[in-house]
Amino acid sequence: MSKKHKMADEDYPTTGHEWDGIREYDKPMPRWWLWTFFATIIFSLAYVIAYPAVPLIKGATPGLLGYSSRAQLQRSLDSVALENAEIEQLLLATPLENIAKNPSLVRYASAGGGAVFRTYCAQCHGAGAQGATGYPNLQDDDWLWGGDLAALEQTIQHGIRSDADEDTRYSEMPKFGEFLEEAQIEQLVEYLRQISGQDYLAETSANAEVLFADNCAACHGQNGEGNHEQGAPNLKDALWLYGGDRDALRHSIANARFGVMPAWNTRITPAQIRQVTFYVHQLGGGE
Amino acid sequence: MSFLKHHKKIETRATLLLVLSLVVVSIGGIVEIAPLFYLENTIEKVKGMRPYSPLELAGRNIYIREGCYTCHSQMIRPLRDEVERYGHYSLAVESVYDHPFQWGSKRTGPDLARVGGRYSDEWHVDHLINPRAVVPESIMPNYAFLMDTKIKPETARPLLLANARVGVPYSADMLEHAAADLKVQVDIDGDWEEMVARYPKAQVRNFDGQPQITEMDALVAYLQMLGTLVDFSTFKPDASR
Repeated sequence: MSKKHKMADEDYPTTGHEWDGIREYDKPMPRWWLWTFFATIIFSLAYVIAYPAVPLIKGATPGLLGYSSRAQLQRSLDSVALENAEIEQLLLATPLENIAKNPSLVRYASAGGGAVFRTYCAQCHGAGAQGATGYPNLQDDDWLWGGDLAALEQTIQHGIRSDADEDTRYSEMPKFGEFLEEAQIEQLVEYLRQISGQDYLAETSANAEVLFADNCAACHGQNGEGNHEQGAPNLKDALWLYGGDRDALRHSIANARFGVMPAWNTRITPAQIRQVTFYVHQLGGGE
Repeated sequence: MSFLKHHKKIETRATLLLVLSLVVVSIGGIVEIAPLFYLENTIEKVKGMRPYSPLELAGRNIYIREGCYTCHSQMIRPLRDEVERYGHYSLAVESVYDHPFQWGSKRTGPDLARVGGRYSDEWHVDHLINPRAVVPESIMPNYAFLMDTKIKPETARPLLLANARVGVPYSADMLEHAAADLKVQVDIDGDWEEMVARYPKAQVRNFDGQPQITEMDALVAYLQMLGTLVDFSTFKPDASR
């Protein structure tokens, strides 16, 4: 606004009130403010016409643009699926053991598998797949149900002892506290410490071999080497899922353990399962 | 713009200003809220929703009592990142028996709308006793006392009744068997067939691994059913939502 149009303060009318000699000018709203205000009204009218807005009897007016948040989501999911369609087809068509031979598949599977792992697996198996007490470490070469690609894929698809999946692999260790006497359990504890290379009481473990053969060997093997078919852990190595100290061993024998892994085939896609299978396998422990 | 001068009449009369403000706000309220009560497309028509079983409802009460909603939402928004992390976006119908709903407004921890079946019971128990035992970077408090706090089955009926009074369709049959249904949901060797008939898809097992019924049983039972009820094969997205 140029200076000549500007009115002097005293030329403005006042509101007519006077308090203690103070009067109030009756000045108009600034023009920029008024036009902004009118613009917002016009914008809101346009918005009501363009987007879903006014509720009627059966539903809201759909708006000229036909916008829907759920349809928008579907479009964004579809566009990603379309971009990945080619490599995803290739991933599904390639036998698991040949993924490693194709560099672009390796990139796709390990990046995608890492994302799947961090989203779904890390809570139990740890962000670095290091596991926790009761949740297997996936970086070592000690596998309960097998660590080759096919076994891993099966485990991820159907879980372990997952009652929501009919094809899940299942086994249940008896609670030996219900059959064995405490002294016998003590013998087995020392025997396990012996075969796993820890310090042990030779006197107590001396006669436990028969006890082990009668009660444990059917699943864990004659020498305690474990059995992938039954998910029976190897008892000879230094790796313990629930701990190898005396208290933990005593608890494991007396009360048994029953680790459950959910089946993932209802929650993630077959391609995602293959990605995370490959990812876990290449962490270092894959057979 | 001379009609604007009349505004002075309103502005200089406090009571009139108050009354007219209320009228304007009410119009806004009626236009925004009232249609939700009659619009048919507000609540999706899908199969599978049912009222909570007595044990799940007891678990939900613990969830509310402990303030889980202050850190965990139960509302997966229709955005790609949320759908890829948590699963299918939440439907309005999935909160239809929630009094009050647990949508939440803040996520310090992850969304729990579809946490059901995502982890094992043992994980939930380990995690509630000490979250750091399984997730080292977690800042969630310990809830170990849930393992020691027993639940009295006879508290189930009043709880169901209170929900029935605010509109949850608990039948006379459900109310009558409330205590027994609560007890049998943790007993895989019991006669749970009738309970599962009343509450389809209810999961029956000893959730916390202890012989008695504890708050841990109830809370884990509730968490394990979250988001598992709706049969999504019966869901057709409405174009105008």
